[in-house]
Amino acid sequence: MKAPIIPPTANDTRRTEKFPENQPVSAAQNNQQEVVVDVRHLAKSFGKNKVLTDLTYQLYRGENLIVLGKSGTGKSVSIKCMVGMLQQDSGSLKVFGEEVKDLDEDGLRELRIRIGFLFQSGALYDSMTVFDNLAFPLTRVLKLKDDAEIEKRVKEALEGVGLADAVNKMPSDLSGGQRKRIGLARTLILKPEIMLYDEPTTGLDPITSREISELIREMQKKYNISSIIITHDMECARITGDRIIVMKAGSITAEGQYDELANAPDEFVRSFFQPA
Amino acid sequence: MTGPPFWEKPLLAIAEQVRFLGAFFRNLFRPGFEWGEFVRQCYLIGYKSLGLCGITGFILGFVLTLQSEPTMKEFGAQSFVPSMVAISVIREIGPVIIALICAGKVASSIGAELGSMKVTEQIDAMEVSGASPMQYLVVTRILACTIMLPILTLIADALALLGGWVASNISNKVALVVYFNKSFSSLDFSDLIPAVIKTIFFGFAIGFVGSYKGYNSDRGTESVGVAANSAVVSASLWVIVLDAIAVQLTSVFAYS
Ligand SMILES: Nc1ncnc2c1ncn2[C@@H]1O[C@H](COP(=O)(O)OP(=O)(O)OP(=O)(O)O)[C@@H](O)[C@H]1O
Ligand SMILES: [Mg+2]
Repeated sequence: MKAPIIPPTANDTRRTEKFPENQPVSAAQNNQQEVVVDVRHLAKSFGKNKVLTDLTYQLYRGENLIVLGKSGTGKSVSIKCMVGMLQQDSGSLKVFGEEVKDLDEDGLRELRIRIGFLFQSGALYDSMTVFDNLAFPLTRVLKLKDDAEIEKRVKEALEGVGLADAVNKMPSDLSGGQRKRIGLARTLILKPEIMLYDEPTTGLDPITSREISELIREMQKKYNISSIIITHDMECARITGDRIIVMKAGSITAEGQYDELANAPDEFVRSFFQPA
Repeated sequence: MTGPPFWEKPLLAIAEQVRFLGAFFRNLFRPGFEWGEFVRQCYLIGYKSLGLCGITGFILGFVLTLQSEPTMKEFGAQSFVPSMVAISVIREIGPVIIALICAGKVASSIGAELGSMKVTEQIDAMEVSGASPMQYLVVTRILACTIMLPILTLIADALALLGGWVASNISNKVALVVYFNKSFSSLDFSDLIPAVIKTIFFGFAIGFVGSYKGYNSDRGTESVGVAANSAVVSASLWVIVLDAIAVQLTSVFAYS
């Protein structure tokens, strides 16, 4: 996987103007201070089910933020609010400094292009081949018309996830791990600045999980993507995470580095790091 | 504590459907119409239902003719059979039967397809990527239904007349041209036009209900079945209701 998944092209100035191609990017050193996602006192309930109560955290440019928490604590709900799939009841959620709730249809579409969302299942379009799956965002979102350009970008994206030979397969012919890689390629083909990963390794064998985790790391380094990674897989958290937050009952109970939290005084926090 | 009033749910459902309808029209007129997917849906909806609708139409005409011939013979009115069959098939039976068949076949498959896309988060993924699932999935399907249903109905009508000819040939030989001339002798555009307009609305209702039920199905795999099933039920109901309205309207405008 030497070739960059999506090299910056002449007409795509979005990334190149901020991060010249050869500049070494390091999250910790350069831009720790720039907040890209700012969640404050977020609350959301479904009927009587209070899912998020008082969620506050920030995602900094270029970092990988791991979100831990028991099933049903609203991890998925919180990232769905970031792309406007759900709306919070109260509190504020700013992405790139803009309140997501207040965006109109066009504003939301523009924001969504800058955010990548990897679904747990990969969410590949069943009725299309892998090629058409990857071409879909190019033709529908970026409105590319040039077939050669589309083909080139699809090929590069597939090489980036190591599945160049799957280009003509149908999603039903792929394994779970392959689907997830294709899903990742389809999301990254739009060159998002923020990636939201919902359980990227759940349901995969340990080896494939590690490959996906390393892929996430690689993408971060290569494109300075800022990511929120929801996971139950501690190895994934260890490989990909720069910082970890632990959610409990709709808010944050702990925050820190992997080693800090693994030895935290709090039993609940520590329990995530112990083998089951 | 008292629960919400009983009428809250149906009212909310109606409001949801009106919003869906609004979203359909907004996406219909947005630039970037999905021609490829539209043609594919026309093929799936139209061509794949052609056999079923055609056979049904043929048998319809055949059976109607066979059954009405003895009675008409008693009155010495056997020569009216072709035009009677033509009128009843083209005005009423053809559109309604074909629409009900498509409510079963097409609405359920759209409901199931979009329902499973919803459950497996494909629709969410499309939306979150910045593309419009409304434009790609819903507009194309509703339009394809709206256009294909009148065509299917006309083909079935023609085959029904053919079936009638075959049936009347059992008792006494009659040339196809003669039979068709007899059939059309008492038909005119005031029969055909309202019938075609009616099927356009049937087609729209079938596409709309199928898409709405699928697009708004709950999470969980069993909701795919629920979406398909309730799509058939509502679409059939809509066909009957729209037909009743259409019959009232045509009798006011066409025959007054
Ligand atoms: N669209 C929705 N409508 C109603 N309730 C919902 C909806 N989405 C989520 N919920 C509820 O919100 C709660 C939290 O869901 P969420 O998916 O965020 O959990 P999670 O922390 O991601 O858990 P998991 O680790 O199992 O994915 C659950 O009780 C769920 O039933
Ligand atoms: Mg979740």
